[in-house]
Amino acid sequence: MSTMALTRPGMNRLTAVELRKMTDTRSGFWLALVVAAITVLLVVIVDLVGNAQDQTLRSMLSIAVQPASVLLPVMGVLLVTSEWSQRTTLITFTLVPHRWRVLTAKLVASVLLSLAALVLAFVVAIAGTAIAMPDVANTWTLPIGMVVQIVVVLTTGMMGGVAFGAVALASAPAIVALFVLPLITGAVGSIHVLEGVARWTDATRTLAPMTDHLMSATEWAQAGTTLALWLALPVLIGLWRIARSEVS
Amino acid sequence: MIESQGLTKRLGGRTVLHDVSFVCEPGTVTGFLGPNGAGKTTTMRLLCGLSSPDAGRATVLDERYQDIPNPGHRVGILLDAGAQHGGRRGREALAVSAQMMGVDQRRADELLERVGLDRHAARKRVRQYSLGMRQRLGIAHALLGDPEVLILDEPANGLDPEGMRWMRGLLRDFADRGGTVLLSSHLLREVETIADRLVIIGAGRIVAQGSRDELLAGAGTLADATDEAALVGALNAAGLTVHAADGGGLLVDATPEEVGRVALDGGVALTRLGPSESAGLERLFFDLTEGGHAAAEPELMEAVR
Repeated sequence: MSTMALTRPGMNRLTAVELRKMTDTRSGFWLALVVAAITVLLVVIVDLVGNAQDQTLRSMLSIAVQPASVLLPVMGVLLVTSEWSQRTTLITFTLVPHRWRVLTAKLVASVLLSLAALVLAFVVAIAGTAIAMPDVANTWTLPIGMVVQIVVVLTTGMMGGVAFGAVALASAPAIVALFVLPLITGAVGSIHVLEGVARWTDATRTLAPMTDHLMSATEWAQAGTTLALWLALPVLIGLWRIARSEVS
Repeated sequence: MIESQGLTKRLGGRTVLHDVSFVCEPGTVTGFLGPNGAGKTTTMRLLCGLSSPDAGRATVLDERYQDIPNPGHRVGILLDAGAQHGGRRGREALAVSAQMMGVDQRRADELLERVGLDRHAARKRVRQYSLGMRQRLGIAHALLGDPEVLILDEPANGLDPEGMRWMRGLLRDFADRGGTVLLSSHLLREVETIADRLVIIGAGRIVAQGSRDELLAGAGTLADATDEAALVGALNAAGLTVHAADGGGLLVDATPEEVGRVALDGGVALTRLGPSESAGLERLFFDLTEGGHAAAEPELMEAVR
């Protein structure tokens, strides 16, 4: 017996495996490529037809992260649900019997992929700004707080996808929920008496400032309660579901 | 070493496993035999820690499976050859698992070669694989971590006769080097050539277990005569139970000697007389698959226990 047999696979290794699994299938590969391609395409469009105000780095960046903020959550969902639909759970959970470690690795991998997507968006946005060279003040100004907010949006978005995938354990309902639930909460929140609740729980409303302006403390608190409801809670339910599910 | 001690499992209010106990020793190949739905897969899932028993205990290498630190290194598992991501290339499917258990990536190439999947097959997506190729990939996967124990659910399913012979050699060799093998099948013929021990399960209960030779020897006598009706008459008169054997002739629940004496006394000329070999087990098996419970053949069960 080698020493390897005596130590369980570490979290670094499991995370590396999850990153690999995101892109080593045909669907995963194309989804990642599509995110990159649309990112470049959007910035090129703004370069060609945008007005000078849209061509500052700050504006370019908020445009460049849009494809990732929509599609990374879908990748997050698939990272969990494809194991169920393709039945690779039989392999994953026999190699790593402690299932919560697999879900943790998937969450960490989501954060890393989101950061990679942000780096790509950054590079593309800088190139786009450099090419356009808009004749406005603050062309290159980018408050660090904005970068932090964008990091939060991207990473929590993708982790949310993983969490929804873990709750539903099936791609279609998880993806539908991911896009439809915010619409529903938005509609419910527009009812006058529920507005107060919506200000603290409606993801569309509380997370929108993240890519728009530097947020106030109240806005951060509102985003925090929203994330507790739409990210932390699903993660916990997902952990419970995965631990209990009979994989076959 | 694989140990199942009184495993009991209820699913959806129905008891699918009742007190299932058996042991697989190092150096042996154990065939886990039973009709579809008898509980083979459920038992194997319990052994692999994918599901937990309502009573009893399953251990592999003296530990609960989920307590083994890096189980891929010690236990090779193939529960379903179809359970691979269709969009992943064959080699990649192995490489991902190799990375997960911390095995050199080159091991994937080594094993692809060993199971007879060439470079072309390795680069194909698993979706395009035939069932036989998936089984080979699954066996390669089970061997990745150079384990001491193999647990294989229906590994021969979809293999051609050449593939069967290959797998027989591979498992024999694995056991001869001190490994423990448990493989399931719903086909008696498939395992009787590979396994040296048999555990037979029907409707969630173990109905017989022992070494293959023991089980085959204790399973009655195959006889035939020029005048079959006269032989049946003589045997019935002697109080022996007679069934028609599948391949022609009669299957008698008695030793060849007893049958021989009955024939001699009855003045019937025998054209065949000998131990039933697999005919008796086939009979037991037939009763299991026909939906009858093992109890339908108490004498035979007693004989093969």
